Amino acid sequence: MEPVIELQNVTHVYSKGTPFEKTAIDRVSVRIERGQFVGLIGHTGSGKSTFIQHLNGLLRPDEGQVRFEGRDIHASKKSAHEIRFHVGLVFQYPEYQLFEETVYQDIAFGPKNMRLPADEIDRRVQEAAQFAGVPESLFSCSPLELSGGQKRRIAIAGVIAMRPDVLVLDEPTAGLDPAGCQSILENLCAYRAQTGSTVVLVSHSMDAVARIAERLIVFDQGHIVMDGTPDEVFSRPGELERIGLSVPAATKIAMCLRELGVPVPGSIYTTEQLTDALVTLKGEADAC
Amino acid sequence: MLKNITLGQYFPGNTIVHRLDPRTKLILVIVYIAALFTAYSYVSYALMLVVLASCMALSAIRPATAFRGLKPVLLIVVLTAVLNLLYTGGTHVIVKFWVFTITWEGVRRAVFMVLRIMMLITGTFLLTYTTSPVALTDGLELLLDPLKKLRVPVHEISMMMSMALRFIPTLIEETDKIISAQKARGADFETGSLIQRAKALLPVLVPLFVSAFRRADELAVAMESRCYHGGEGRTRMNRLVWHRRDTAALLLGLALLAGMIVLRRFGL
Repeated sequence: MEPVIELQNVTHVYSKGTPFEKTAIDRVSVRIERGQFVGLIGHTGSGKSTFIQHLNGLLRPDEGQVRFEGRDIHASKKSAHEIRFHVGLVFQYPEYQLFEETVYQDIAFGPKNMRLPADEIDRRVQEAAQFAGVPESLFSCSPLELSGGQKRRIAIAGVIAMRPDVLVLDEPTAGLDPAGCQSILENLCAYRAQTGSTVVLVSHSMDAVARIAERLIVFDQGHIVMDGTPDEVFSRPGELERIGLSVPAATKIAMCLRELGVPVPGSIYTTEQLTDALVTLKGEADAC
Repeated sequence: MLKNITLGQYFPGNTIVHRLDPRTKLILVIVYIAALFTAYSYVSYALMLVVLASCMALSAIRPATAFRGLKPVLLIVVLTAVLNLLYTGGTHVIVKFWVFTITWEGVRRAVFMVLRIMMLITGTFLLTYTTSPVALTDGLELLLDPLKKLRVPVHEISMMMSMALRFIPTLIEETDKIISAQKARGADFETGSLIQRAKALLPVLVPLFVSAFRRADELAVAMESRCYHGGEGRTRMNRLVWHRRDTAALLLGLALLAGMIVLRRFGL
């Protein structure tokens, strides 16, 4: 099957030709299949944010090519503009991009830029608000007066309203309280289940990506160092720690237990899996 | 796209120019400007160019960087050149058309004016390229110290300046981020009529203002919670120390100015 997005040997250098020159990503190649839920992890400055800005053509690769459904997205100026409606990108702290007088108008900004008819815009705003968990009672409020968590949801809705084929989110839960994180991630899972769209999620929280992503891509110093299922990635805790990343709490506990001689199985990365494994072990022990 | 703006940007380094006392550099810039405005002939302009080029070489600033700083004033430079070219009277006429006459004097003057503006900007940029904003305002505050007797709030002014300078890169970065975010939602800043483009800036300006005010607020709270109360009785962590190289640099600068004045006297 053709991948929805494909990057071939993409290199990006910031501030080329100044003392601040920095290679953010270096010959990165990756294929993202349609419908996949991809988790992107990496330390601060590992190139994740640069990487995702290539996915919707905001950044132009200094070398290499980015393809959406097989076509080079920088083939023409028009295609680089169009691609943004197909690949929706939610930036880190997206609440700082809100500007309209009302929540409704802000969510409608994207669809309006797509030059859709008014009734279609209205349909999309309603739908996106629902997916992102923005209650209709807020529609006529000014987005600047709301709380941080609500603003974040509005900003996410603003991108979802474009009905992108691929939704990319950069740390959508950063700076939110645990309940807020949880509900945003739940909304995200529900959105994906209902629309079947591809989702790329950048996160610092190993527990979150372990729970919801099907595939994990690990960045370090501008390179992809690991790419596989959460199973495969979290089975290499030593390497993860070496590049400054942790493993999910459940994996850590399982590792400690194993050191103590408790025969817990190898691939554990959510609390549920850990509980299940321990219950099974307890059952076996009782049976003896 | 906004990354090209180098106004007020500091390029860290450890050259002799970087190590000079900011006070020296501030005075030297004034001396340099004075010398530049005394320049009057090919010889004196050439001398100033050599001085500027050697200062740039000493500070290890690439010429490309310096030229990039000129981009924003390109329009002024071109306008100056054209106006001087067309409106300078003289006896050696080259071409005459419609109501304009172009004379040798006009060409000469246009070339000199363009050179002067470009050297003025490059020279002053050299100061901000090689001096960190904090050092710069510290130097300024100390230089203006005598004005405190006249009840000029020197410390407050220099504090405001250092904050303004400090936040230029931050605001540029922020603007870049907001532009990217709005582009990601399909905002179009590059096509359309002038009015459409001006309107397209609204989604950038509103969040930018909101965040600038938020930052100002946060900064004020942070300063107050650290008991900041202005200049009275404040000590410094980094005291500026006057070295022999500063005296030497200053003397060289004054010698240049004196030389330029002498050259002018001799009609060169």
